[in-house]
Amino acid sequence: MTFRQNHLLGIEPLHPAEITALLDLADQYAALNRGSKRGDALAGLTQINMFFENSTRTQASFEIAGKRLGADVMNMAMQSSSVKKGETLIDTALTLNAMHPDLLVVRHPHSGAVDLLAQKVNCAVLNAGDGRHEHPTQALLDALTIRRAKGRLHRLTIAICGDIAHSRVARSNLILLGKMENRVRLVGPPTLLPSGIDQFGCEVTHDMAEGLKDADVVMMLRLQKERMDGGFIPSEREYYHRYGLDADKLRHAKPDAIVMHPGPMNRGVEIDGQIADDITRSVITEQVEMGVAVRMAAMDLLARNLRARPRPVTA
Amino acid sequence: MTTHPTALSNARLIDPEAGTDTPGTLLIEGGRIKEVLTQDTETPPEFRARNLDCRGRCLAPGIVDIGVKVCEPGARHLESYRSAGRAAAAGGVTTMVTRPDTDPAIDSPETLEFALRRAGEARVNVLLMAALTKGRAGREMAEIGFLADAGAVAFTDCDAVVQDTKVLARALAYAAGLGALVIGHPQEPVLSDGAAATSGKFATLRALPAVSPMAERMGLERDLALVEMTGVRYHADQVTTAAALPALTRAKAAGLDVTAGVSIHHATLNALDVADYRTFFKVKPPLRDEDDRQAVIEALRDGTIDMIHSMHTPQDEESKRLPFEAAASGAVALETLLPAAMRLHHSEGIELPHLWRALSLNPARRLGLEAGRLEPGAPADLVLFDPDAPFVLDRAELQSKCKNTPFDGQRMQGRVLQTWVAGALVHERD
Repeated sequence: MTFRQNHLLGIEPLHPAEITALLDLADQYAALNRGSKRGDALAGLTQINMFFENSTRTQASFEIAGKRLGADVMNMAMQSSSVKKGETLIDTALTLNAMHPDLLVVRHPHSGAVDLLAQKVNCAVLNAGDGRHEHPTQALLDALTIRRAKGRLHRLTIAICGDIAHSRVARSNLILLGKMENRVRLVGPPTLLPSGIDQFGCEVTHDMAEGLKDADVVMMLRLQKERMDGGFIPSEREYYHRYGLDADKLRHAKPDAIVMHPGPMNRGVEIDGQIADDITRSVITEQVEMGVAVRMAAMDLLARNLRARPRPVTA
Repeated sequence: MTTHPTALSNARLIDPEAGTDTPGTLLIEGGRIKEVLTQDTETPPEFRARNLDCRGRCLAPGIVDIGVKVCEPGARHLESYRSAGRAAAAGGVTTMVTRPDTDPAIDSPETLEFALRRAGEARVNVLLMAALTKGRAGREMAEIGFLADAGAVAFTDCDAVVQDTKVLARALAYAAGLGALVIGHPQEPVLSDGAAATSGKFATLRALPAVSPMAERMGLERDLALVEMTGVRYHADQVTTAAALPALTRAKAAGLDVTAGVSIHHATLNALDVADYRTFFKVKPPLRDEDDRQAVIEALRDGTIDMIHSMHTPQDEESKRLPFEAAASGAVALETLLPAAMRLHHSEGIELPHLWRALSLNPARRLGLEAGRLEPGAPADLVLFDPDAPFVLDRAELQSKCKNTPFDGQRMQGRVLQTWVAGALVHERD
């Protein structure tokens, strides 16, 4: 088997061949989703979505992915549950583990929290975003979108623009695209670039024209509202002027460059509405579609590995 | 307590003051060192009745450890004077200088007296530090005079750095008038707020909230400027970065009454040891890059950094079994201080007498103690250790009530065999 992971905690532990295998399977599921929308790869399995941080899109995507493959899906809104009563993450994990789930999808505001949780349970854990650390399914769906649009996932020039410092999407994408041998450029004001980022094998620039020059892919990141005023950037309008993607700036990229955004978008902050809606350039809705397919593939592969290994009962 | 004349013969005597490492015999009587004999001198008859053959192992002044956290008052279940004393004895620490960051803080003569009473339960010497400002809140200075009269040996707000420079300037000026020693935690408080790691490639990879190493230099430069302004006696508890060292060198060259320490963890571990979010490696300030650690070792070698501290900080399991950024900072280290410090000898080539200046003589001098020396009249506070004995550290065996050590499961070399305080044997390894 090419895909050897027991969990999907990040892109960092994945081998390039595993990424390719996952994307290949996701391609099949993308086709399925446009047709019958019915599979049974996860039939009889229990999937629990544990979101310690608000999410609509990612949680819905995981839920649909599980249901299309026949899993019993349960959503737990951890914001309002026992966590508020002081239960620790590990106790929450042990409690859930005793209910024998097979797939645990977790989002948590602290970097590394999903790794910690995965050590305490004997089901497959999928990281749906931990702090600023990783968001592997987002990077994989971006990769699938790029591969379908460009016909390959190597030797491309990809510009990732905006709030790199606070973005788990940027971190996972940077690692994945590097593993697949692409040229990655990071573009953003110095306040939104993390320290030591120049040592990650990418190019770093503060200028959009320079960063977008001859790019095949332009990936925009969401700027969180709370970071807009004065703290990291002077103002929304100055940010849009310098870093917002509009037609002028996009002209520096290759004529067939695609535009991506993980959503939800702030139109008029990091991206011009017309660019976002331009079906010849923007693949933003395709990203959402691929999200379901990638999550189906990830859960399918993890479930296969789960079934293949003996599971100690530790309740 | 034994006050009988005792001979500790056939020892490798580590004398930090003379800078020597020579075979010989130490005679102790009445809780003090009576005489130091060279190898070929006969032991006087009155000492022969109690003669302990050290079998060529190292005998050195006991460690004087500034900055030990004992959780009394407030959290005796985490560490009491009794348990900390046991840990200290097991680690060759003969004098613990304890921190006031308790709950409530030791910031009044009354709390100090309570802690002093409790400190009597420890089997090693205990000296207490008191807070510099009330409640360590950085707003009003504590009763420095009363506290000094009641026995506080130094004043510090620990890791609660005084943000208001005017408050700090006045507190330092007032302390200077009393000749009191102030211990600072060099860190720019706003910049370092909430940080769990040192900024750089590793922190970015693990996506942890990080602080630039430059924050330490800023904190130190501010403190040193205030020292110059007020003339206070000042010790920086932990200088851990290369960028901060030149300021220290300049201050010393300018004749300011300044010393500096480093924690054993910053001298022996680096940021990469955190690996997959191992929270036992979360300390304050966060572990640094290897370049910084090397610079710190160089500074220990040339004396720019004067002392090594354990910065013993007990934390229970629950506060460590959390995501890294939410987990508590600090590590217990009274018992691991000596074996870890031996890494500086074995791996970094620091000679034992020099190492013992940092562990014992320099802290003793800074506090005006007679300890830290192997000379007639000095207190018989001693540690007998085997510098080469290998072992794998098992945290369950620690005497501290809390077991949060980053050295768990690690191979160590160097073991405490006996600890003597005022001529009495307080720990013996069986």
